[in-house]
Order: sequence, then C-alpha cells, then structure tokens
Amino acid sequence: MNKYTERLYNGIVKENPTFILMLGMCPTLAVTTSAMNGIGMGLSTTAVLIFSNAIIAAMRKIIPDRVRIPAFIVIVASLVTIVQLLIQGFLPALDSALGIYIPLIVVNCIILGRAESYASKNDAISSAFDGIGMGLGFTVGLTAIGIFRELLGSGSFFGISIIPEEYHIAIFVLAPGAFFVLAMLTALQNKFKLPSATNGSAKQSKLACGGDCMHCSGSSCMSNHEILETRKRQAEEEALEKKKAALAAKEAELKAATEKKES
Amino acid sequence: MSRLLNVSSSPHVRDTVTTKSIMYDVLIAMLPAAAFGVYQFGFHALLVLIETMAVCVISEYVFEKALGRPVTIADGSALVTGMILALNMPPDIPVWMPALGGVFAIIIVKQLYGGLGQNFMNPALAARCFLLISFTGKMTTFTLDGVSGATPLAVLKSGGSVDVAAMFLGRIPGTIGEVSVVALLIGAAYMLVKKVITIRIPAAYILTFSVFVLLFGGHGFDLNYLAAHLCGGGLIFGAFFMATDYVTSPLTPNGQILFGVLLGCLTGLFRLFGGSAEGVSYAIILSNIVVPLIEKVTLPKAFGKEAKKS
Repeated sequence: MNKYTERLYNGIVKENPTFILMLGMCPTLAVTTSAMNGIGMGLSTTAVLIFSNAIIAAMRKIIPDRVRIPAFIVIVASLVTIVQLLIQGFLPALDSALGIYIPLIVVNCIILGRAESYASKNDAISSAFDGIGMGLGFTVGLTAIGIFRELLGSGSFFGISIIPEEYHIAIFVLAPGAFFVLAMLTALQNKFKLPSATNGSAKQSKLACGGDCMHCSGSSCMSNHEILETRKRQAEEEALEKKKAALAAKEAELKAATEKKES
Repeated sequence: MSRLLNVSSSPHVRDTVTTKSIMYDVLIAMLPAAAFGVYQFGFHALLVLIETMAVCVISEYVFEKALGRPVTIADGSALVTGMILALNMPPDIPVWMPALGGVFAIIIVKQLYGGLGQNFMNPALAARCFLLISFTGKMTTFTLDGVSGATPLAVLKSGGSVDVAAMFLGRIPGTIGEVSVVALLIGAAYMLVKKVITIRIPAAYILTFSVFVLLFGGHGFDLNYLAAHLCGGGLIFGAFFMATDYVTSPLTPNGQILFGVLLGCLTGLFRLFGGSAEGVSYAIILSNIVVPLIEKVTLPKAFGKEAKKS
C-alpha cells in the first residue's frame, strides 16, 4: 500500500472520525435525520477538509508556531464561506436542511484536529489525501447513521417512502434516536473488529500508553504519566547502578594499588 | 468436622428476604390495579398485560443467552418491569407497541447497562417515555366503554370540572393501571405491611406535590382541586410503585425524602406549567438520573467516625 492509499484507508476505516475517533459529534448527532442530509454534511466537510489540509500543509513553514491556531481558523473559515455560498447558490434545499451546521464546519474538530496533527507536519499532497480519507470516513459515518434514523423514524430510504406512517418510531428522528443509532453502530463496528484503534487489532502505536484504546478507560493521560514515571525511575535506577559499579571499580583499583605498595 | 470449619464473611445474620420474594410481593401488590383495569377495559387490556410481561421475560432470556450471562428470568424482575409497563399503556393500544416497549425496556435500558441493579433509570418508565415520544397519538388516546375522551387531568388543565369520586374509584379514562386509586392503595398497603417499601418516598412525594399544587395551582386553598390532582393521572401509581423501585431510588433515608421532594416539585412543575397534562413519568425518570448525586450528599456518617468539623 503506498502512502496515499494508506491515508485513505486510515481515514475511512482505521481512524474513522465518527466511529473510532469520535470527533465532530455535534453535526453527527444534529444533521443525520435523513441519509441525504448525512451525505450533504459529509461531502461539504470533505471539500473543506481537502483544501484546508492542503493549504495548511503548503503554508506550514511560513506560519509562526505561536499563532498557528488563529491562522488555521482563518484558512478554514474562508473555505467554509466559499462552500456555504456555493451550497446556497446551487443546492438551496440542502442549505435549508443543514442550516446553521454549514457555518459551524469552521469549528468542526475533525478539521482542526487534522490540521494540527497531520497537515502541519506533512507535505501538501499527502495532507490532501488525508483530507479525502477523513472526509469520506465522516461521510460514511453520517450516511450510515442517517440511513438508520430515516428508515426507523420516518420510514423511508433516501426519501423513498417504504414503511406506512403508522409504524414510524418518531423518536429516531429526534435527538435521543441519534444517540441510540450512533451507540449501536459503534458497538457493531467494535464487535466486527475491523482493525481500528479502539478494538485492539491495530498495530501497537508509538505512544507512551501503547495506543490500546480498547483497554484504556479514558485515562490515557494517567497511564501516559505512569509510564513516564516508570521510565524515569528505571533511568534513575540505572544511573545509580552505574554509579555503584564505578565506585566499586575505583575501590578495587585502590585496593590493588595498596596491595602492590604493601608487597 | 467440616461443618464446624465453615468460614464465611459478614454479615452472619441473614434474613429470608430475597430479590425474588420482593419482586413477587410487588407483583401481588399490582394485581388489584391490574384486575380493575381488565374489569374496566375488557379483554384487550388483559391481552396487553400478558403480552408485555411475556415479551419482557423472553427478551431478558434471549439477551442473556446470547451474551452467555447467567439467566435471571426466575427472579421476577422482568415480570415486574413488564407489568408496570403494561399498566402504563392506554387500553386500546395496538399490540405491537407494548411489545416494542418491552424489548426497549429490557434490552436497551436494563441489560445494556449490566442487568438488574445496574440500570440508571426505571426500565418500564423509560420505555413508556420512548413510546410516548414515538407514538404520541396512540399513546394519548384513552377510551372508556368505546368512547374516547379526555382524561380528567386534561379536563382540569383546560379549566373544566371533574368528578372526584369517580376518579377515586376508577370510572375514568386513563391507562390500564392508573385509573383506580382504591385498587392502587390496596396494593400499596400490602407492600407497606410486608415492608417491601417504606413510606418515605411516597409520603414526601405526595406531600410536596400537594403543597406545590396549593401554592401554584391558581385555585387557592381548594381541596376539591387538590383531590382531583392527587387522584388523576399516574401520581398514586408512580409514587408507590415506580418511584420506590430499589435500583433507581436512593438508599439513604434522608436521600429518599429529598428524592420525594424533588419528584413532587418536578411533577407539579410539569403538570401546572408544562405543555401536557401529565408529568409523573418524566419527573420520575429525571429524578432517577440525579439519584447518585442525592446519595452522595446524604451519605450518613459511619458509626465510629468523627463528625465533620464545621
């Protein structure tokens, strides 16, 4: 697998932003009332993500480290404005369905998270591919949630009505339904063990905590801290041991010298 | 010899009360209300009762088998959940709705959180609210003798007058189990005598609610209005049978009183100022959520510990 397809696989499966990284929960829970909304939101985010990643990666050497977050925000906000105007112009129905959540893409943590953790450290082309991967992963997540909520809550599939109105379980198009569906799909993904960071089948990462999110009860900082402490202690012990060995050697030398003298 | 060396940890004095005996006591206590519901609403009510209880037990069995957990259907907790849920259903509900509610109560609310003793809100009430939000129309259509009409609480809310004596006996439209205050009080008395529940939560709940209604009801000191509010809706059923659920109510005595006061205030708030006429279910599940906090602030001082310096 080359560098670029690896980025795509990473974004869609291994570090899927919705089901594994659990990022961007606000649009995930709010706009997935239908499959179409999920796709719309996912693709708008993807568009912003590709360009923001590429631009930030290209500018990473000239953005001073101290002001990088404001600089990222300015870039992302400009892109979101462009996307918003395009959606208003060409897809007015989608615009009215998504409403405030389009401008809110600016503060979507997937975008800032990728800028901070990937684009600011890698070249423009791999960053763009990272953006495509993450964006498609987000789109897949939102669409899956949207399909289930639409089917159960309003009895239709991509707008085609298939269940009579009598049997619609309205709670699924309301907020609690979003939580139910998201939790169930995440549980399924963990059960089927697509290799990901949360179910232990991914390779060990270089993080101090071992990157084992499945067996970590959310206290990664604590375990990181513990591991660092252990390493510190080990280093101290080693230093002490060395010191002792050096002292012993010196003593032996001294002893040998005195013995020589005596003889 | 080996009997003499039987080493066990404390407590050494044990009662014969078990989860099972408590659950069956609760079931017996609900029988008068269920019988009255069946008598008043006819065969369909009986069907809903049996079906909901069966669905609850079967979903508990299937889920525990599927996950390889010990099967706990014999302790009767699923039966109690099913019965409470069925008694909370309007009499002419389509039969598949309580079944869906039963599956939701047992699998989502109870088993996914770890089974009996682990659920953070009353499974039957959570399922009732699930159904109420999902199928508002069907869940709020109450018929009596083939005529659908507003419940006394709805009449009260829109400013009409109601017959308190009929409400006390149960000749009113409502859910299967909540209509007859007499039958519910018989069951409650049975539970109090058997010491299955203490009076703290129901008493604090009903007293607080009465004070709230007298203060904010807008009718002054009108005992007739107060009596209608006490007998109407699920207040008595909720206070004695649902708020006192062991798993989702505080263990500490002071906590139980605080819990009752909170329930009373919330129910009053929902009934008098809320959008719908009834508010007992939402009040109870909301209060269920704050139970851990209540227990934390009302933790009694352990024997032998020094009092906190103030």
